[in-house]
Amino acid sequence: MAESPFWMIVPGNAALSVLVLFAVAMPFLYAARKPVHELVHALAHLIGVPLKLVSLWLKAAARDMRERNRQVLLAQGREEAEQHLARDFERVAVLVRRDLEGYPALQRRLLDEITRVEEDYKKCGELPPPPPEWVEAVDAIAKVKSGNELVQRVLEEINRSIQMIYERTLAEYRGAYESRHKILNGFMPFWRSLDKTLAQADQKMTSLADHAARIDSQMVRYEQMVRLTDRAEHALTLSQLTQFFIATLVLAIAAGGALINFKLIALPMSEMVGAGDYLTSSLRTSDVAALVIIFVEATMGLFLMETLRITHLFPRIHSLGDTMRRRMMWVAFGLLAALAGIEAALALMRDMLIADKAALVQSLSMAPQPMAHVDGWFSAIPTAGQMLLGFILPFALAFVAIPLESFIGSARTVGGAGLVLGARGLAFMLRLLGNLVRNLGRVLITLYDIVIVLPLMVERLLKSKAAPQEPEKLPVRRVA
Amino acid sequence: MNKRSFLASASALGLSAWLPACADQRSHAHAVYLLVDTSGTYAQEVDKAQQVVNYLLGSLQPGDSLAVARVRSRSFSEKDIIAKATFDNRPSQANAQKRAFRDQVEDFTRSASGSAYTDITGGLIQGALFLNETGAGKRTILIFSDMQEELDKQTLRAFPIDLKNIRVVAVNVVKLKTDNVDPRRYMGRLEDWQKRVVAAGASEWRVINDLEHLDRMLKS
Repeated sequence: MAESPFWMIVPGNAALSVLVLFAVAMPFLYAARKPVHELVHALAHLIGVPLKLVSLWLKAAARDMRERNRQVLLAQGREEAEQHLARDFERVAVLVRRDLEGYPALQRRLLDEITRVEEDYKKCGELPPPPPEWVEAVDAIAKVKSGNELVQRVLEEINRSIQMIYERTLAEYRGAYESRHKILNGFMPFWRSLDKTLAQADQKMTSLADHAARIDSQMVRYEQMVRLTDRAEHALTLSQLTQFFIATLVLAIAAGGALINFKLIALPMSEMVGAGDYLTSSLRTSDVAALVIIFVEATMGLFLMETLRITHLFPRIHSLGDTMRRRMMWVAFGLLAALAGIEAALALMRDMLIADKAALVQSLSMAPQPMAHVDGWFSAIPTAGQMLLGFILPFALAFVAIPLESFIGSARTVGGAGLVLGARGLAFMLRLLGNLVRNLGRVLITLYDIVIVLPLMVERLLKSKAAPQEPEKLPVRRVA
Repeated sequence: MNKRSFLASASALGLSAWLPACADQRSHAHAVYLLVDTSGTYAQEVDKAQQVVNYLLGSLQPGDSLAVARVRSRSFSEKDIIAKATFDNRPSQANAQKRAFRDQVEDFTRSASGSAYTDITGGLIQGALFLNETGAGKRTILIFSDMQEELDKQTLRAFPIDLKNIRVVAVNVVKLKTDNVDPRRYMGRLEDWQKRVVAAGASEWRVINDLEHLDRMLKS
């Protein structure tokens, strides 16, 4: 026969045993009601209050962080906008210096051309033909009675003279017109030159106006940032997020390039530093050396970009004098070119090592060796490709500095926003947990009362009998 | 020397002192000692030993060591080492060494002659000495034999041997005619060797009859 558990008062009947035990425990539970309530309440308070406090602290910290992030973001934005504005002003200054500096000369040229045109215009003014003074003589002679032979001869002579004078005058008149036409014809290049000069001036003015419009829009943005508006903050956050994702993508691509680079030089590096040395149980010295070369290349690229003033990661380099900066740029470029050359040589060595290893493995295998297939220049393509890749990749890696700068710059904003989000989320969770604990305490207290409902009912009954009947309360009317 | 330059020098010195210290001082090299049994009927299996050597040459890395020795009537002698090499750290040099090694072993397999007795224990002791000398991190003795030891009356091998930190692998343990009559002899022989090798402090004892499984064992 199996032995019953210790709590089974009625052997073989668990339900009855539980019932009996319950009945026995009921008075004790009723007696302990108040301390148990207080205990549950205290426990709920003990857990719930710290949770609530931590939640409040996290919320406050999130608020502070958000404010700090906002300040940093707007400061960054202001700095960036100031740089843009300064660059635009520089451009405008260059434009003004280049184009408007020539304006006195342009004006003088225009005036000269206009004066010349005016002079020519004056020259081509129409000269009235000489007044026909001989008309009066003709009139006087015409009044002489006809039939006089002398008069007739004089008239004929006059007619001949007039004809001659007329022809000469006409010729002179035509000549004058011809010369005026020539002068007018000579206007054309001046007009064209004037038109071209004015068009140039117009183009330059339009370009200046465009720059001015751009500066205006930048100024509007800048003013918004100075006023710390939400719109400016939102625009900057969005811009930083976009930059962050683009920079991450480009860095991932660059990491792929670096991996290929690593593959190219890891094997031949073992020829230089030995293949049997290890830094850790799985990290070969030759692999580390290859990585170091790649990192040095990236660093040289970083310095190159910095000295070219494309990136602004090192203020120290930026504050260098132009001569020193240029020297540094050439040193960085020289080192980068040397490393690229080394990589190309290593890529060639890698190809040779692989070919040597393949030949060894082929000779070690007992299988019959196939005839060597030589393709001449065709088989040299992969080798040349590897060498070219080895030479190009360091220079390509140099440009990583640009996305790296963007990444570092935007990571502050993105990381800050993430932290704020995390803190707020955690605060919410803790608050929720605190509330749950408090309510759980209440539920436990109610459940306890349900368990001891019978003694409670008895107590209520006794109390209602013992308490005197209270008179009905009437509403008290106050006298104003 | 001003304060700044001193600090710079100190950090450079510290870095140079720290870098070699952080390097892994343990040897990661692998040393393999192959014992080739040339006694009795097993001499005809020597061609297979060439395959094992070729495989080892293909899989061992620069910096690793390899030695091939024959098992004869008395094998505890350097003269029984047919070829030995610690491959250069440079892959190109290591490849050249491997070619030379292969040629040496090929010459041996062409001219291998049988011996009257089989002194595996002597070969094991010699192998252990060689492996310990190399200082390699991973040490393996491959015994290419039927594991049937036969000693002349004067040769003494009944004493404890030291194979600490050495992995011992019996390769291509062919069955003898007597094993076919009573397989318990074969099993018993292998069991005896296992007991002896484990008692000698070997890190592992294995039997590999299929040469294709050698690859997995060497990589482990």
